Amino acid sequence: MINVTIDNKQIQVPEGTTILKAARMAGIHIPTLCYFELAGMKFENKPGGCRVCVVEVTKDFNGRPRRNLAPACATDCVEGMEVLTHSARVINARRTVVELILSDHPTDCLTCAKSGNCELQSLAQYLGIRDIPFKGEQSHYRQDMSPSIVRDMDKCIMCRRCENMCNNVQTVGALSAINRGFSAVVAPAFEQDLVDSPCVMCGQCVQVCPVGALTEVDDTRNVMAAINNPKKTVIVNTAPATRVALGEEFGMPAGTIVTGQMAAALRRLGFDYVFDTDFTADLTIMEEGTELLGRIKKFMAGDKSVRLPILTSCCPGWVNFFEHNFPDMLDVPSTAKSPMQMFGAVAKNYWADKMGIKREDLVVVSIMPCLAKKYESKRKEFYKDGNPDIDYVLTTRELARLIKQFNLDLKDMPCEDYDDPLGESTGAAVIFGATGGVIEAATRTAYEVFTGKPLPKIDFTELRGMEGIRDAWVDFDGTPIHIGIAHGLSNARTLLQRVREGKEQFHAIEVMACPGGCVGGAGQPYHHGNSEIIKKRTEAIYREDLGKPIRKSHENPSIKKIYEEYFGEPCGHKSHELLHTHYFDKSEHVEISE
Amino acid sequence: MHVLVCGGTGCQASASAQIIKNFEDILAAKGLQDEVQVVRTGCFGFCEKGPIVKIMPDNTFYTQVKPEDVEKIVNEHIIKGRKVTDLLYMDPENKEHVADSKHMGFYRKQLRIALRNCGFINPENIDECISRGGYEALGKVLSEMTPQQVVDEVTKSGLRGRGGAGFPTGVKWGLCAKNKCDEMYVICNADEGDPGAFMDRSIMEGDPHSIVEAMAICGYAIGATHGLVYIRAEYPLAIHRLQVAIAQAREYGLLGKDILGSGFDFDIELRYGAGAFVCGEETALIHSMEGKRGEPTLKPPFPAVSGYMAKPSNVNNVETFANVPIIITKGADWFASIGSEKSKGTKVFALAGQINNVGLIEVPMGTTLRDIIYEIGGGIKGGRKFKAVQTGGPSGGCLTEKHLDTPIDYESLAAAGSMMGSGGMVVMDDTSCMVAIAKFYLEFTCEESCGKCSPCRIGNKRMLEILTKITEGRGTMDDLQELRNLAAVIKDTALCGLGQTSPNPVLSTLDNFWDEYVEHVVDKKCRAGVCKKLMRYEIDKEKCIGCGACKKNCPAEAISKTDYIAPGHKLPSMTIDPSKCIKCGACISTCKFSAISVK
Repeated sequence: MINVTIDNKQIQVPEGTTILKAARMAGIHIPTLCYFELAGMKFENKPGGCRVCVVEVTKDFNGRPRRNLAPACATDCVEGMEVLTHSARVINARRTVVELILSDHPTDCLTCAKSGNCELQSLAQYLGIRDIPFKGEQSHYRQDMSPSIVRDMDKCIMCRRCENMCNNVQTVGALSAINRGFSAVVAPAFEQDLVDSPCVMCGQCVQVCPVGALTEVDDTRNVMAAINNPKKTVIVNTAPATRVALGEEFGMPAGTIVTGQMAAALRRLGFDYVFDTDFTADLTIMEEGTELLGRIKKFMAGDKSVRLPILTSCCPGWVNFFEHNFPDMLDVPSTAKSPMQMFGAVAKNYWADKMGIKREDLVVVSIMPCLAKKYESKRKEFYKDGNPDIDYVLTTRELARLIKQFNLDLKDMPCEDYDDPLGESTGAAVIFGATGGVIEAATRTAYEVFTGKPLPKIDFTELRGMEGIRDAWVDFDGTPIHIGIAHGLSNARTLLQRVREGKEQFHAIEVMACPGGCVGGAGQPYHHGNSEIIKKRTEAIYREDLGKPIRKSHENPSIKKIYEEYFGEPCGHKSHELLHTHYFDKSEHVEISE
Repeated sequence: MHVLVCGGTGCQASASAQIIKNFEDILAAKGLQDEVQVVRTGCFGFCEKGPIVKIMPDNTFYTQVKPEDVEKIVNEHIIKGRKVTDLLYMDPENKEHVADSKHMGFYRKQLRIALRNCGFINPENIDECISRGGYEALGKVLSEMTPQQVVDEVTKSGLRGRGGAGFPTGVKWGLCAKNKCDEMYVICNADEGDPGAFMDRSIMEGDPHSIVEAMAICGYAIGATHGLVYIRAEYPLAIHRLQVAIAQAREYGLLGKDILGSGFDFDIELRYGAGAFVCGEETALIHSMEGKRGEPTLKPPFPAVSGYMAKPSNVNNVETFANVPIIITKGADWFASIGSEKSKGTKVFALAGQINNVGLIEVPMGTTLRDIIYEIGGGIKGGRKFKAVQTGGPSGGCLTEKHLDTPIDYESLAAAGSMMGSGGMVVMDDTSCMVAIAKFYLEFTCEESCGKCSPCRIGNKRMLEILTKITEGRGTMDDLQELRNLAAVIKDTALCGLGQTSPNPVLSTLDNFWDEYVEHVVDKKCRAGVCKKLMRYEIDKEKCIGCGACKKNCPAEAISKTDYIAPGHKLPSMTIDPSKCIKCGACISTCKFSAISVK
């Protein structure tokens, strides 16, 4: 432990503690901008670039004052150090630096997607900035829009969080700093469009962007136009992770479960039917679980052509990632569509037929915690005669905006149920929202189908947790099954690399692109680096599971019914037509519909 | 007999390669090729008077030699033993011809340590280098000294980093040596980026073996076996000579495995930079070598702890290395006896600007600016008035008349508001506008900023915009206030040395030439006549005879006839519309009656 004095407050901190962390321990606020930490998820961004957190070191290691101001985020405390965080010199410098940043930042806060959530805006407020003394040229860059992400680099403040996220946490490598000096900006190589880059649209860059430089594509207008069109039947499905996060946008504590209130609010927005993606999550388990068991049985029977491990395929960011980076392994992932795309296929075929609604008159909207889902809905293989299975995808944040526009407060909403039949789901489906959940749900079903015996215990706690890469052996009544789990794409890369090189063998691997799984998705309310929020959402997911009367997908009565009425059997002919897909080598080229 | 012809980049551009060829051809034609050896050397330093040809052993220094002069030199000097007088340097004071460079004002006060071999040897011939003591120091450390003794010797010499910051070299080596690791690196910073500076290039072109030798010595001292030279790709000749030197050193067993049977292994690789000023900053340089974006990161960790590939690395500048072998052979005490109290040895400067003797000079630390400008530099061009001297490149400051007796060393220059920097020295006379000079340097830093930290990325841009406003006559006194505050904040908050020092040219001119700023702002006047927007072309209606020559020549149609006919003239006089005038000066050059002037 070493002794430091910050703002005349003496504290003891472990060696290697930065001034910023020491100040926080002492309850002293030092404003930051580029600094970002996602504790427990191995993500710390401290390029020392914005210079907002500068402090005055009045006594340094040599007993003398430091010549320049020091960035608190990236300067380690030393024994006997004395620091002033809010001296006149510091405040003048800090204020000038923020005025400089604002002088190269559009002031269109009224219409900015980030307004109210913008860290630069809060900082300007904190420093009491009322005008910008520096008038001069502003940076202008070509706007870029992928199906998921809008890049408005005029607003970029070079905090480098997105770059760090994209390269180090996700190892996607789509974004990096380019150009020099005043023209420096973060962009794909050669300033190409995001769609032409290796971007997998996970959107984690958007989740960490402090300003409005990176935002989601807004589909709320399209959805409202559909609802306002009397010719259209508009139905909606809600992803598992949305129900444990939407409440945050209405001031509820992180981890509040708002499933019933969300369904009620959606009805008041004018959706004709409110369904649940959880229903098709159960369907996914039937298909993917059957596929897994099929492969395992063939493998055990000595069929050398079987590709193991099976990889989950419900995360579209992850699907993009392996299409870009592991084109030699395209036959390894499960061919089962994601729950959202299964929902679209079921709604526009089985349900539309049953209801007598023409495909072109049915609009299917998804509420997702995810930005890659926007892209996924536009993949050409999910279109039939120019009409997509999923018409629009709204993020949790966009839904919150819509609800507020309707003068509704989620807190005042009654709890309502989903509509039948695409609204019934089990606890196995809801845990899709957390890392390890898909594979746990699959295990619950696969175990009973494989062994023909009921599960001795439903909760596979060995598959849960926040470690980036986890693995566990599950005993299928005498047959040991090796399961791997990764969340965050760098972890996925590491794990898959081990498999590719034959260093480790698994029967099944679950991958989620976003840290924490869908609860940490890029479409969720901004967590501003507070990883506790992600943990709270995860806990809520498992609470919701625990509270469900049925917790195994194959026991869902509506699922049983749809197989009886329509699909026949999992992985059967009809399933293959509607519920399975195939993958493309995108190592060189990307194709998008529209 | 030896004919030494300068083969530095400057003289090569003035056809020194042709001069060499002519010597070889003419000597061969006369059958003298075995008696007279033609040597292509590195830079002599006196670039103002290049190309230089020196005849040895009688030590005759010919200046501004043209290829066609070669025949005369051969016939007169080499064959008949008579000096070619009109090619000798003429002392500007007493108009006498000087044959021996020792007696020239340019060389008299110089002391060449880092440049000891430049201009004496063929840099592409290791034997010539060895004949002048090359690799003696390497032999000495490997056979007689422990690594710690080497570190101690360099520390004792008082040698400080010549890249600009002036950190004690021996201490730096010692810090790195402490972090013993299986993989360590010696890095030579040859990313010379100051505008107009060519000290390092000249050393690499003129004496590349001194760098190779010094790096090996450093490797031995700190325990590294890998050497890397980070050199900008726009130095092709320096790259070529280093490559030749490295290959020759390998061939002679002075690089590679088991050097001189000592068991010490060391080898050197070159890494090319794309010419970014910020890559002279050691952390940025290391990132660039690793294939990453060349931008600095915070220190600590220092490269001595975590440098190239996160291994302990020691980074020194070219000139710093060039001093090392001679410190080892002549001893730390000898080196420490030269220079001033805290700054030992010599410093190389690239002398440029409005000065008679432009070139590369090396002087003992402590030499005054006055000596450099008036003795070595031969005073101001055209006998004009000295106004300022800029040292330290874009990170330095502008010093004035009152600073002329400042001794050149790290502390004195810093105290005067400038810095040593890597050794650029630009002399300015009264035709320089100091606001425009500050703007020029700021344009450079804006161009070369990596854009990582906000004060440098945006702050320097805003300072440049304010300066532009001032030079265009749109400035206010509030702008001057803002400029000062901004400069102070950038200095206080920028991430790396580039950003922290970029306001220096602005601050030093604000301090030393405040009146000139005020003139630009209040009187809308540029006394040096540099700021075009502040100039006004006017026709004296009494002198104008109304011939219309100026009107015909004006490309902007800014000149028209008035109603006024001056007494004694027949035609109405002309006038210039300032809103149309583009200040090209075409009217002035056509007016035969001196009726047009610039106000």
